[in-house]
Amino acid sequence: MPNFSWPMLSLIVWLPILAGVLVMAFGSRRPNAARWFALISAVLVLLLSLALLPSFDLHTYAMQFVERAAWIPQFGIHYHLGVDGISLPLIILTAFTTVIVIISAWEVIQEKPHQYLAAFLIMEGMMNGTFAALDAIVFYFFFEGMLIPMFVVIGIWGGPRRVYATIKFFLYTFLGSVFMLIALIYMYFKGGSFSILHMQQLPLTMTEQVLIFLAFLIAFAVKIPMWPVHTWLPDAHVEAPTGGSVILAAIMLKIGGYGFLRFSLPITPDASSLLDGLMIALSLVAIVYIGFVALVQGDMKKLVAYSSISHMGFVTLGLFIIFLIAADPINMNHSGVRLALEGSMVQMISHGLISAAMFLSIGVLYDRLHSREISTYGGVVNTMPWFGAMVMVFAMANVGLPGTSGFVGEFMVILAAFKANFWIAFAAALTLIIGAAYTLWMVKRVIFGEVVNAAVSTLKDLNAREAWMLGSLVFLIILMGVWPNPLLDLMHATIEHLAQQALTSKL
Amino acid sequence: MPVLPEVILAGMVCVILLIDPFLPKSGRTLSYVLSLATLVVLFAVTVFGMSPEVRLSFGGMVVNDPMSDLMKLALYAGLALVLILSRGYLKDRGIDQGEYYMLALSGLLGMMILVSANHLLLIYLGLELMSLSMYAMTALKRDDGRASEAAMKYFVLGALASGLLLYGMSLLYGVTGGHLMLTDIAQAVSTGPSSLALKTAVVFIVIGAIFKLGVAPFHMWLPDVYEGAPTAVTLYLATIPKIAALAMLLRLLVDGMGGLMVDWQPILIVTAMLSMALGNVVAIAQISFKRMLTYSTVSHVGFVMLGVLAGTEAGYSAALFYTLAYVVMSLGGFGMILLLARQGYEAEQLDDLRGLNDRSPVMAFVFLLLMFSMAGIPFTLGFWAKLAVLQAVVGVGLTWLAVFAVITSVIGAFYYLRAVKFVYFDEPIDRSAVNSAWSVRGVLAVTGLIVLGLGLYPSWLTGLTAQAFGG
Repeated sequence: MPNFSWPMLSLIVWLPILAGVLVMAFGSRRPNAARWFALISAVLVLLLSLALLPSFDLHTYAMQFVERAAWIPQFGIHYHLGVDGISLPLIILTAFTTVIVIISAWEVIQEKPHQYLAAFLIMEGMMNGTFAALDAIVFYFFFEGMLIPMFVVIGIWGGPRRVYATIKFFLYTFLGSVFMLIALIYMYFKGGSFSILHMQQLPLTMTEQVLIFLAFLIAFAVKIPMWPVHTWLPDAHVEAPTGGSVILAAIMLKIGGYGFLRFSLPITPDASSLLDGLMIALSLVAIVYIGFVALVQGDMKKLVAYSSISHMGFVTLGLFIIFLIAADPINMNHSGVRLALEGSMVQMISHGLISAAMFLSIGVLYDRLHSREISTYGGVVNTMPWFGAMVMVFAMANVGLPGTSGFVGEFMVILAAFKANFWIAFAAALTLIIGAAYTLWMVKRVIFGEVVNAAVSTLKDLNAREAWMLGSLVFLIILMGVWPNPLLDLMHATIEHLAQQALTSKL
Repeated sequence: MPVLPEVILAGMVCVILLIDPFLPKSGRTLSYVLSLATLVVLFAVTVFGMSPEVRLSFGGMVVNDPMSDLMKLALYAGLALVLILSRGYLKDRGIDQGEYYMLALSGLLGMMILVSANHLLLIYLGLELMSLSMYAMTALKRDDGRASEAAMKYFVLGALASGLLLYGMSLLYGVTGGHLMLTDIAQAVSTGPSSLALKTAVVFIVIGAIFKLGVAPFHMWLPDVYEGAPTAVTLYLATIPKIAALAMLLRLLVDGMGGLMVDWQPILIVTAMLSMALGNVVAIAQISFKRMLTYSTVSHVGFVMLGVLAGTEAGYSAALFYTLAYVVMSLGGFGMILLLARQGYEAEQLDDLRGLNDRSPVMAFVFLLLMFSMAGIPFTLGFWAKLAVLQAVVGVGLTWLAVFAVITSVIGAFYYLRAVKFVYFDEPIDRSAVNSAWSVRGVLAVTGLIVLGLGLYPSWLTGLTAQAFGG
């Protein structure tokens, strides 16, 4: 077991929170000091999270860098952290995205920049805590806690309907998660421990499993979000400032998917198997129907928000198609199951990068012309050639062009779906067409074509800050597209174990 | 001496009453300082007298146990904060009178008696001493119509509740064959099936006991009284008496009628559900911040009931934990009104909160913590309080009740969020910096620190409340 002499995970969780509080203390009079301090802490956290990689053992599914101490003995709650192959990539993604968000806010946020940056740093710590938590209440603590900074971010720096959007966002997520809390407490009394690993081995009857599964489903389906509880997302995205949209799309949605992997599949395998039809149906609705909804949006942010829902449909499809694959006697060695689960994970990471890139690009345009309407733009490439080129890469990745990260995950999930059922795979593959339609059509109307708006002809191309920000994303998206193996190796052992857990009946 | 704190306090009440006529009209600094000094002395005396055993005195009428020790310490600390917060407000409104301090301390005496009572008469005595002081305090601003009306309402309804309690006690006295001591009653009711008379006694006693907590449907007095009373008095009414009322409830139901749990549990379930639902729904419709907090109180005491009705040690300690958390939160919540109030202006409306973040970022942050704590969001004390009571009810198999409770708390989250919206998302009407006394801002910052500190590391308080019930 690799080990550090100091509690790395605690540092990754609490350092950003502490830094956030300090940034808040800078006050509004020293915005530059606050910016630099925030950037340095975020980079430091990113380095810390990357420092875990060399000593991460790829050959075990066991939790690594584990920390465990009594927290609230009266309630049976332990401060229990650890990472495995599915949480580590998400932690690194979080740390990376936060750095990007801080850079993106640099001179754009002029109103109370210290509070803005503090909110994102605090949020980073909470999201890392959610991914690293091995105690169910610790997980809930961070899962729910991150609503506070996000609520403030959308509410203060958001658009005209920000109050409606942020309250809707908060209440939706809160309503979803409280049922999970009851389910967790129930399992505590059933098994005598809040440890997630312990809960995964807890024998449960079918009725209990179904109820617990539904409680988890409400929590995670709202977070991902799945159709029909997705309506908060377009509102929140449209009103949120760029940074808020990026974090929402890149990380918060992933927490829903992560929840399914960490809780639903291992804790309630029989209920997951029983209700897989429902999950697959909801995923397909998200992929196809929401794809069509995206097609008709006139607001760029709304379009990308709907595209996010559609792409996250692939994640849930990959997670729950495994029961159909396993049910087919041809797939005895379960390689299809692993393919589906790994495809979902890759899709999550890749969507984290792509959606962040899309929202940042929209932010770049919005900072210049203060409009998110597609009809405002047209012919942007004439004045912003570099920007146009980068957006083209992001759009292609969003479509799932081979060579970009978007291709890998979608292809793996579709391939796995073929092993289960041709028509499911067919429906899922439709998205390649619909996705291409709405993404490329938007790019065509915004980037290419005639300059219809005089303001567009005065646009300035990317400055150095924006170029670095978007360039790093271009690099990662293409890197992951041509060489996804390091990521797959990272999660291999864990996914193997997870597949086994999900396919072993608890009855 | 087991009742030394009570004796000291009774003496000091007399002293403060006597010196008052000799103080100059302009200020009551001496009464204020003496009151605070008394609380410090009481704190020290109680801490020195603490012990994990149950100590009976006066023939078993007075009981001192870990629960009463912890509750008394909380009462002193709570009252001290109330006095510090209220001082400037009272001065500005010309009601900084000796009576305020005298009544506050005699009310405290009543609460202390209530907390340590092991005898029906003593319970009644403590309850009346506490209640009468509070009625009089409500009418402190005697030429204010609203306050007088509130005091009148409070008195009439409070007297009715006392009457009900007394009637229930008399029935209990008769049925158990002439017992007044709670320990004797516990023995008498544990043998034999419960008769109709006993059931009736239970109903009346429960009503009398939960009236002071403000549990629905006995909450009607709460909004009018809290709104009508001067905010400094509201601060008093809304905080520490809840601790004493919880003590009374636990003494009567658990120590006295623990054997009749099948009879009182359903009543508490119904009233708890009513409280949580009604408090949270009606609070949404309020435009007055003070009234909103009042209805939020109704919902919080509903959650406290969840812990009591679980009927386990974990449940009682959860109820106490929730109550202490509530006291801190409502101290901060009502304290915010004092922060924003100026001479000749009461900042009781939600609109008065607009743009506080621009006027005082620190106080706005404290406000945010308090509101999210009341809503039960993690990183704050309120989350652990809710978790504790939910864990208690799920632990006794009442999972459906826990589900009901969390649904109402989601409904309730809305109005807390709206309050945060006024503070953070709206432009201020009045851009001037908040210039309340440093003492007010200091106490509010302390409540914020407690809410956040215990929100991160609550095991200090959970340990104390568990010890209070022998855990």
